[in-house]
Amino acid sequence: MNKNTIAERILDFLKDFPPFDALTYEQLITISSQVKVLYVEPNHFVFKQGTSIKDEFYVVKNGAIGVYHENKLVDQCDEGDIFGLRALIRKDQYFLDAKAIEESIVYSISSTLLQDIIISNPKANQFIMASFATNTRNPYAKDDKGTLLGNLEFLKPDVSGFTEAQSAIYSKNPICCTPETSIKEASLIMKEHNVGSIVITKNQKPIGIITDKDLRNQIATGIHHIDEPVTTIMSSPVLSFPPTITVAEAQIATLKHQISHLCITEDGTDQSKIIGMLSEHDIIVVHGNNPAVLIKEIKRAKTAKSLKYIREKAQTLLKNYLDQSLPMVFTANIISAINDAVTKQVIELSIIQLNQKPPAKFAWLAIGSQGRKEQLLMTDQDNALVFSDKNLHESDIETARAYFLKLANTINDQLHHIGFDYCPANMMARNPDWCLTLTEWKAKFNNWITQPTQEKILLCNIFFDYNLVYGNKKLVYKMSNSIFKSIEQYEIFLNFLALNALKNPPPLSFFRQFLVEDSGEHKDQFDIKKRAIMPLVDAARLLILSHHVKEFNSTIARYKKLQELEPQNADLYDACINAFKILLRFRANQGLKHKDSGQFVDVKSLSKSDRLKLKGCFKPVKDIQTLMQVRFKLSQIM
Amino acid sequence: MCWFKSKTYPEFWNSYANSFHKKYSLEDTRFVVFDTETTGLNPKQDRLLSIGTVTIINFQIDVADQLECYIKQKHFNTKTVEIHGILKEGSLHKIEEKEAIKQFLKHIEGAILVAHHVHFDVAMINEALKRLGLPKLKNKTVDTGTLYRKTKYIKTDKHYSLDDLCNKFNITMHDRHTASGDAYLTAILFLKLCALLKAKNKRLTLRDVLRRY
Repeated sequence: MNKNTIAERILDFLKDFPPFDALTYEQLITISSQVKVLYVEPNHFVFKQGTSIKDEFYVVKNGAIGVYHENKLVDQCDEGDIFGLRALIRKDQYFLDAKAIEESIVYSISSTLLQDIIISNPKANQFIMASFATNTRNPYAKDDKGTLLGNLEFLKPDVSGFTEAQSAIYSKNPICCTPETSIKEASLIMKEHNVGSIVITKNQKPIGIITDKDLRNQIATGIHHIDEPVTTIMSSPVLSFPPTITVAEAQIATLKHQISHLCITEDGTDQSKIIGMLSEHDIIVVHGNNPAVLIKEIKRAKTAKSLKYIREKAQTLLKNYLDQSLPMVFTANIISAINDAVTKQVIELSIIQLNQKPPAKFAWLAIGSQGRKEQLLMTDQDNALVFSDKNLHESDIETARAYFLKLANTINDQLHHIGFDYCPANMMARNPDWCLTLTEWKAKFNNWITQPTQEKILLCNIFFDYNLVYGNKKLVYKMSNSIFKSIEQYEIFLNFLALNALKNPPPLSFFRQFLVEDSGEHKDQFDIKKRAIMPLVDAARLLILSHHVKEFNSTIARYKKLQELEPQNADLYDACINAFKILLRFRANQGLKHKDSGQFVDVKSLSKSDRLKLKGCFKPVKDIQTLMQVRFKLSQIM
Repeated sequence: MCWFKSKTYPEFWNSYANSFHKKYSLEDTRFVVFDTETTGLNPKQDRLLSIGTVTIINFQIDVADQLECYIKQKHFNTKTVEIHGILKEGSLHKIEEKEAIKQFLKHIEGAILVAHHVHFDVAMINEALKRLGLPKLKNKTVDTGTLYRKTKYIKTDKHYSLDDLCNKFNITMHDRHTASGDAYLTAILFLKLCALLKAKNKRLTLRDVLRRY
């Protein structure tokens, strides 16, 4: 063989990176000697979303290529990273942009080589399969980076129980019809069973399939008439797989053949009896990346253990949402809905466990961040319980109290077990201070409002953000009313609240007066919760209370309502909403990254753009604090 | 000798000579980036040791479309061995000069030649052609040294070595002083220079690239 210096040089580079590391020298030299080398200037595209695929995939030689979805960076490919493979296997358009972040040299490798060499090599193929099943570029990468539009759980076999080898769950009653059936009849059968596909069988063997798409493309367009037999428009032969098909195989098959339905037959060929149907939807559901599925699972869960598992899946969901930059309000609502559903299920299971019906009407309240629906990460549980004392004698009240304390104890324990830590300040319903009758709560609130102390103001900040999770709505409504009655009688309370809200001014600037904690475990870290998030939360609560509005618990909803009530300040409130969203996302990301509450940010670890982003959030915090200072005449009090 | 009669040339030359009629644009032109290793710097006395090429079409280097050949030597200059590392015998598969030229001509049919200090490499090839009784190369040529001066609007005749420019453009050097290695580096350099020129002139044409100043 003649010497090929350039190919050898390329080989020398590729051989260190998967899947190439699994190939032989001969295979590698075959690939290397057919590489095309691209030089990509910064901000120039390798491919663009919506363009038809080129018959090649890419390996970054030097530089960095960003993969973008709707102009948002979803993945950054550095030296040795592969991109453009997914579209190639899916065989349709690119749905991402690939753009050079810095000047880059990229090797392009033809799809023929992929087919002939890489797919045929078991180890290399395994890498490709795993990277599809997991949606990660490199499933072996330690830091799990590069989730491509990661809707699907990154495979951690030990944690989630999902592995690519897991058998796919297919529906066991495929809807079938005979070849003589007319298209119209077949459509009616599909409608009746509410399915998107129908299999045409002969002697129980699948000979073809019709999907919604075929009806759209062949019938609605007028190409064929609905009275023609199904055989005229069916896709044939069908792709069939054995019942042992794994999730990864199924996913590969749907991507590779661009089909949404797989037939499951007894022996995996179309010459045996059809026993099931696996749709793309089923595959997604298996991965549990769908909140509706999670909530359904929660309702079916019978043990704390299974609830814990579901809650962990929700955490993955959160990560994916953050990765995909979905709107923060949407994300927060979904996560809250899941948290609420888990709590509800825990309450119901606990009542069953006590084997005794509640002796009075009661309501379980989420307080603090969960009450505001702003709890994204698994933080502490903050909750309270109110029960009705209407028409109850004193002795009955004590019996009821004993019951509810016992119930609360069980619930708090179960929640703890699921992963919501006990509140260190014991602000939980099992604490007799926070498990009260309606009358007692009213009295307590009135006391806080009319005789405010530092401590009581802090309690107000937590308890006034309650939200009904389970139980009687009316009780909660009455509690809210009592708060406003008390405030009306004692307006100066709002000034105290305002004073407290100003206690934590935001840093003026990141670079000059950046306020980091100066002692303790979090020395030299920035307390994003105390310095930026809580001031916005506190301001929203105070301002909305001053308008005597209680229905709005979430900070964003409060600012939106405030925009309505005070159009003259709409811009400021809008800025607060934006800042709040950014901060919340920031904290959630930090929390996921460091597996903690995300409260403390290591300033040094922030990228420049993150610093600028954070810095931009401080201005509205400062402005809203100035507004409060003026409105509540705080300069006089201070 | 019938000097007034048109000379008859071998078939491989005719095929080569007839390949230059099409008009190409910058995108569909086949650029053959090449480099030669020689026994010395005097085209008249020194000989080709090896030729290495790589091809660029539509700003992509096509590694599959390349030529790398080593030439059997009668004339040998021991002084330059330390630069190019090609020994008179050695283990590399070597071919006769005529065969190398034949392969090279076939390879550069219809192409534009690109090299760093292209005149030297073209002169070396032309001398080899002369030894075979053939006319000079007919390809249009681009010199990456000149192209670099174009990006800078430098009018001086200062010479920039391939090393200088690779350093300047952050091109990792490897296989330096092998014909193919240098051809590859020159190809990367050519892509970067074209990108720079395109940034300056959105409607960059082949003519602009071919212009000598």
